Parts: sequence; structure tokens; C-alpha cells
Amino acid sequence: MQILQLKETLPFMKYRKGAMVFSLLLMLVAIVSLATNKLSLGLDFTGGTLIEVGFEQAADLSKVRSLMDNNGFDDAKVQFYGSSRDVVIRLGQREDVKAEMLGNEILSLLQTGTGQSIDMRRIEFVGASVGDELMEQGGLAMLTALICILIYVAFRFEWRFAVGSVVALFHDVLLTIGLFSIIGLEFDLTVLAAILAVIGYSLNDTIVVSDRIRENFRKIREGGPAEIINISLTQTLSRTFITSITTLLVLAALFFRGGELIHGFATALLFGVFVGTYSSIYVASSVALSLGISKESLIPEVIEVEGADQEQMMP
Amino acid sequence: MLNKYPLWKSLMVLFIVAFGALYAVPNLYPQDPAVQISGLRGVEADASTLDNIKTKLSNSNITFSKIVLEKGQILARFSDTEQQLKARDLLDDTLGDKFSVALNLTPSTPDWLASVGGTPMKLGLDLSGGVSFLMEVNMREAVVKAQDAMVGDFRTDLRGEKIRYRSVKKIDDTVNIHFRNVEDMTAANSFLEKRYRDYLLVDNEESLILSVSMTEQKLKEIRNYAIQQNITIIRNRVNELGVAEPLVQRQGKKHIVIELPGVQDTAKAKEILNATATIEFRLVDTEGDIGSAIDGRVPASSQLLYERDGKPVLLKKRVMLTGDHIVDAGSSFDEYSRPQVNIDLDSAGGSKISNTTKSNIGKPMATVFIEYKPTDRKDAEGNTIFEKIEEVISVATIQSRLGKSFRITGAGSQSEAHNLALLLRAGALIAPIQIVEERTVGPTLGAENVQLGFQAIMMGFGLVFIFMMIYYRAFGVVANLALGANLVLIIGIMSLIPGATLTLPGMAGIVLTVGMAVDANVLIFERIREEIRAGKSIQQAIHQGYDAAFSTIIDANITTLIAAIILFAIGTGPIKGFAVTLSIGILTSMFTAVVGTRMVVNAVWGGKRLDKLPI
Repeated sequence: MQILQLKETLPFMKYRKGAMVFSLLLMLVAIVSLATNKLSLGLDFTGGTLIEVGFEQAADLSKVRSLMDNNGFDDAKVQFYGSSRDVVIRLGQREDVKAEMLGNEILSLLQTGTGQSIDMRRIEFVGASVGDELMEQGGLAMLTALICILIYVAFRFEWRFAVGSVVALFHDVLLTIGLFSIIGLEFDLTVLAAILAVIGYSLNDTIVVSDRIRENFRKIREGGPAEIINISLTQTLSRTFITSITTLLVLAALFFRGGELIHGFATALLFGVFVGTYSSIYVASSVALSLGISKESLIPEVIEVEGADQEQMMP
Repeated sequence: MLNKYPLWKSLMVLFIVAFGALYAVPNLYPQDPAVQISGLRGVEADASTLDNIKTKLSNSNITFSKIVLEKGQILARFSDTEQQLKARDLLDDTLGDKFSVALNLTPSTPDWLASVGGTPMKLGLDLSGGVSFLMEVNMREAVVKAQDAMVGDFRTDLRGEKIRYRSVKKIDDTVNIHFRNVEDMTAANSFLEKRYRDYLLVDNEESLILSVSMTEQKLKEIRNYAIQQNITIIRNRVNELGVAEPLVQRQGKKHIVIELPGVQDTAKAKEILNATATIEFRLVDTEGDIGSAIDGRVPASSQLLYERDGKPVLLKKRVMLTGDHIVDAGSSFDEYSRPQVNIDLDSAGGSKISNTTKSNIGKPMATVFIEYKPTDRKDAEGNTIFEKIEEVISVATIQSRLGKSFRITGAGSQSEAHNLALLLRAGALIAPIQIVEERTVGPTLGAENVQLGFQAIMMGFGLVFIFMMIYYRAFGVVANLALGANLVLIIGIMSLIPGATLTLPGMAGIVLTVGMAVDANVLIFERIREEIRAGKSIQQAIHQGYDAAFSTIIDANITTLIAAIILFAIGTGPIKGFAVTLSIGILTSMFTAVVGTRMVVNAVWGGKRLDKLPI
């Protein structure tokens, strides 16, 4: 079976100006949203306490809220989590010395207050200093990943590809974080992990494309850089689609079956795979093209020895 | 000939997959509810304990399926949790405080598998349920304590060497020794320099002050020691809690991770972990006037402290004995059925208390309980400031010259005496610690997570399976075989590596690898199709397809691996689990998707005259 059977080269690069404007626009939206909406950071980063409890019957949120209010926890955020019997209560950083005891306190409060037997599902407490450190570490990790990848790609391919792929990664990460800011989804550690996985995935795509561009620059004698990039993108398009489909299939499984705890993770990856596929076509390649990628920059300028053509026989 | 694998290569591939399968098999066996009995404080379970337990269990009509003694621990397996709980309660009540009795789930791996090292994967706390703590060691306090000790040491040293000095004072991070003349200072300088190689000495002839500070090396040593000692003490405390397979581990520069699988009652765990207590024995100042002390006129050599009920006590500042000499402590009842704490000291502590009590028989001695409680204030470096709370917990008359073991009465209720004994036994802490992170997962959520993760893996696997079969037909089946082998290898390797833990994000990592693993096959298959379209012969196309795709696959996977390794380096707990499965998945998928499928393709289609490929 074939989904795409392309006889002709698609003129991808013809639309690259438009795509660039589109990308810049999206990035601008992400930045504006991050500046105004901010990210709703999860407990991992902000510190505080989170209690998830399971009720026997559907829980009465207003009752739980008033219970919290009446007992000095008026900053408590009470929400359903996944189902109407699951309730999550979030508390901010507290000045109390015994902050780590809060979880148990609230649990017994709920038990006596509602008269129902309550199932403790999870309690998380994160101190403020831990959150700050994590934030620093997370940012550092993302930066290190980008730099390591930049070095690897520059070493294996060429600096123009390296810059192109890192710009593409930056684009993907920014848009994914932007999405979380726009729809107000909580950004926690698992989402950070998902974003690093998005980096891995998007790069995978970019490298496959770059690899083909390099190969075609060597193999095809006629045609300018834009033409060769178009040929390469067309040749890899069907692979790009199929891999995206299989990845999206498993991510859909995670999204619908993985449970509430990895919802954010699956959301980030689902979106990341979309933008990652787009960016490997339009961002990475067109940045490399704008930087002046050409036949000469990929083929080392050595004096051709006789029989050098044989290289083609052993790719 | 094109596209033929030598036999050894095919055998190697089959062997590796079979090897992975062997170590993946233990995960198929269910877990038995069990009770684990381990000795405390140097006591080990032996054959007589085993017999004792067997008799106790059969006397109470509790049936066990298997009971073994291994490495000083006894593990009894039961057919259901009801028997397990009954046995736990029975043994907990009757074995006394020499043993801890913990509930456990033990894999029922058959002996032949266990003998080749086959064990199931370790489940993270988010899957098994339990609590994990992150504790921060107060390094500042550790250094300050060491500096305080320097002051005392220098005084004794100089006095011993008969070098006269004016004063020894700690100012910020240096200890300043003030001398009367240059000769004394030079003598002290050369003496101390020889004696303490890891201190920096700076002398100032004008002010006659010798400033001593610690080298970076020494400071590092102190910090390391503070962490190590805390880990040891926490291990002791955790063992007393009776938890099967606890984990206490250093993380980074000043943190300690504690994982207690299966623990539900986190309040008790926290109380025990959080308390940073030590004890001091001091004489009561009987000469000073307590009334004027309350008004603020405390004698210079004394200190005013309070008992738990608020009664003031005037104590000598000099400490007779500190808590670090305590070897063991336990609680029992005295002849009037009042709770008491029995204390055993090491020999140095024994001779110390013996010397100081000798001349003070008949005088009152106070036991001071010192606790470091974290406050909400922070110092310049962002570390929490600890408040030192001193409380007199007992005042007892010294009845006779005390020796290596003695007892304190009046420590409160029986449970308080028990708690105090527990804390004393665990030893005195050098640097205060504080819980900075806690994650508790209830057993229902854990089980639910396992189920959800398993479902997601199966569903993702199934969808990709169907898609590949439709899209690539026979070659799709080959890719699916590789996918199956990949899953088996991931599970096998995860079970084999001792440190690898399966977490919920880890399961997501497996799902993700399933989706991404087929990418290598998609690359190869698309390339083969392209070559066929370009008019190459079938065998040429297969050969070219694999060869041309290979470097792309390597490049693409190495970059993902970079991201996974970085994630492993910064992540903790569940996230580390994700990085581990992702890394393992990348490596195994490269093997199965490239080498594995090539073997099958070669065996079925390789080296034959074919006009068409089912791709």
C-alpha cells in the first residue's frame, strides 16, 4: 500500500517565505502568551503541597472547599481530577514550619469533615528551594541538550545544517511551551521530559531530511540548492508521514489510555510531533538554505582523483 | 552472494533475542504476599528464630507456602494477603523489639530462573505505592560545628605545649588566636602547622593574631562526612521502621533520597526522619539563685533552661557527656512501673561519665534534649536557618558513680520514652536535616498506574502492528517481529540492570519507543521501494535500501540518545525511569530494526531470483 506516490518534485521551497512568516507569527503568539499568561507551573517547580484523594461517591466540591476555608487553608485550590470521585487539593508555599505535615493533616480533616472513608491516592510536598533548583536544572538541561546536538550535527554534517536544526528545535520547544501557556495546562516535570523527547523526535526528522539533502548534493549534478532541497524533501516525504503516523498512533494511545498523570506528557508530545514534522521541512531546511548551503559547502574541495566517482557505489 | 547472512550472524541475533526473552520471563510470574523478618541492632535471624517462627505460625493456624532463612533475614510467603496480615500481626506482637517485621511482595520466580539471576523489573514508587522523601543536609551547621571544635582543640593543644595565649575566638569562618608576644605566636604557628595539615594559618605580627581557617579540601571532607553520617543514621532509623527494601541514597551535593515502598503511614515516618535530636548530660547549678536567673541575672558559667512543663532549671554550661557516645538505648519500666530509658555508652563515654559523676554523687544531673527545628527564615545562601531548642527532659539525682550503662527515668509517657530511646539509639546528628520534598502514592493509584501503563503499551503496540501490516504487507510483518523482539529486549534488559526502575513515565517511554522504533524500518523500506522504482534489481534494492538508510538511522538515533542521557543526568525518580527506558529502547530498536529485520529478510527473500517484493 502507498499513501503518497509522488511522480513530481513538490516545490516546497517556493513557499518558504510564507512558511517563515507563519512560523514567526506563531512564535510571536507563543512569546506574547508566555509574557502575559505565563506558564502555569506545576508543583515540581513552584513548591507547595498537593493531595489527591478518592471518594466513595461523587465528591461535593463546595463542601470540600468550605472545609478547607474553615480550617485556615483558604488558599487551597480544589478541583476534580479525571473523574468526579477524584479530587485534587493544591496548597501554595506556606510559612509554617511543619509544611511537610500538611498532607496528613488535610487527609484527616477530610475524613472527619465529610464522614466518608477516603482513599489517599497521593500526597506531594515540594519545598521552595527544590523547585527553584529544578527550574534552573531544567533550563540548563534544555540548553545543554541543544548545545550538544549543535556540536554533533555540525561535526557530522555542516554548520549550516546544525544552525538550521537548532533553530528548528528552538521553534518546536517554544511553540510547545507556548501551547501550554495558551491553554493553561500545567507544566510539570513530566512535561519537561516530554519536551526533551520532542527535541529528540524533531531532530530525528531533521537529520533524515538533512542526510538526504547532503546525499543529493553529491549525487545530482544539475539544479540549484533550492531545487535539490525540494527533491530531497519530496523523496523523504512519505517516510516523514508514515513515521509521524505511527508515532501519533502510539501517542493517541497514551493520550486516551495513559491516565490523568501523563496527560500533559502526551499532550506535549502530540503537539510536538506535529510541529516537529513541520519544522523539519520548513524551518531546518529553509534556514540552511538562507545561510547559503550549496554543493560547494558540502563537498570538500579536494582535487578529484580518478575513480573518486566510485564513492557512489558504496554509500 | 548478496543478502545472505553467515550462519553465525543469524545465530547471534537469535541468541541475543533468546537471552532477552529469558530475562524478561520472570516478569510473567505473579508476586506472593510475604512477611520479611530482619534483626535490629546487630541481631541476626538464625535457624532457631526460624523454628520459633514456624511453631508460632502453625500454633495459630496460619498457613505459609514457603519460609526460608537467607542472609540473616527470614522470608515467609503466603498464599493470600489475609494470611500475610495475620502473620505480620502475630509476629510483630510476639517477636519483641529485636526484630522488625515488614510486609513485602516477593516475586515467585522459579528456582531455575532465579539461579541464573532472573528477577522481575523493579517498580518505581509511582507504580508500587509508597513514599519518597528528599532530605536536605544543613551544611552550614556542619561547618560551624567543626569550627567550634577547632576552638576547643586549639586551647587544649596550646596548653599542652605550654604556649601562652590571650584568647581563642571564632570570627566568621576563621579562628583567631591572640598572643602576648611574637615568640609565642611563632611557636604556636609552627606547632599547629605540623599538627593540622589541612588548615590555613596566617599570622599578623602587628596585631599578634594567628588566624586559622580550613582549606577547601577540609571543608569538602566535612561536608562529605556530614552527608555520610546522616545517611548512616537515616538507614538505622529506616530499619527501625520495618520497611521491606527501603532505599537511602545520596543525591547531589546536599540531598538524601529516601524511598519507602509500601509505606502508608507517612506521618510516623516523617516524625522519625525529621527529628534531629541529640542529648546532653549536664549538672544542675545548685549554688546559683534561680529567682535572679529568671530576672535575667544568670551566672556566667550557667544557663537557664526549662522543663517540658515550664519549670525553670539552672544548669552548668559545662557538658558532662554528649549524645555521640551513646551506643544503644531502649525503653522499659522501672520497679514502680514508670517508663524509663536505658542507655549504653562507648568506653570513652563510660570513663567520661564515670569521672564526672565520681565527685558529684548526691547532686542532681539534668538530661537536656536538644532539637534542631527548621524555621522559615533563610540565610544569605538560601539555606534554612535552624532553631536550636533545648529542653530539660529529666532531672535525676546521681545515685552512684555512673558507668557504661545507666538509666534515666521521668522521660514522660511510655511512648515518649520509647521514641526518645529510638532517637538516642539512632545516634546524634552532626548536621541537621530537613524534608524538602515528599511524594506519597497510595496503593490503589499505584495499581491503577500499572494497569493504565500496560494498556497504553498494548494499545500503542496493537495500532502500530496493524498499520505496518497493512502498509508494508509481508515486510510489515517482519517489522512487527522486530517490534516484538524489541519489547522483549527492553523488558529483559530492564530486569537485568539492577539500578533500572520501571516508572509510569518509563512506561510512556516504552510506548514512545514502539512508535519511534518502526521509524528505522520505515526508512529502510521506503528506500527499498525507491530503489525498485529506480529500476534496480530486487536484490540490489534490498542491499542498497539497508546500506543507505544505515547512517541516517545511526545519526538520528544518536541525537535522541543525547537528549535521553541529559534527561537521565538531571532527572529524579520517575523522570530518570523515562530516560532509562528511552535510552534502552533506542539501542535495542537499532539492533532489532536493522540487524534483526535484515536477518529475516535475508532468510526469506535474500539471494533468490525475484521479480517482485511483497513490500
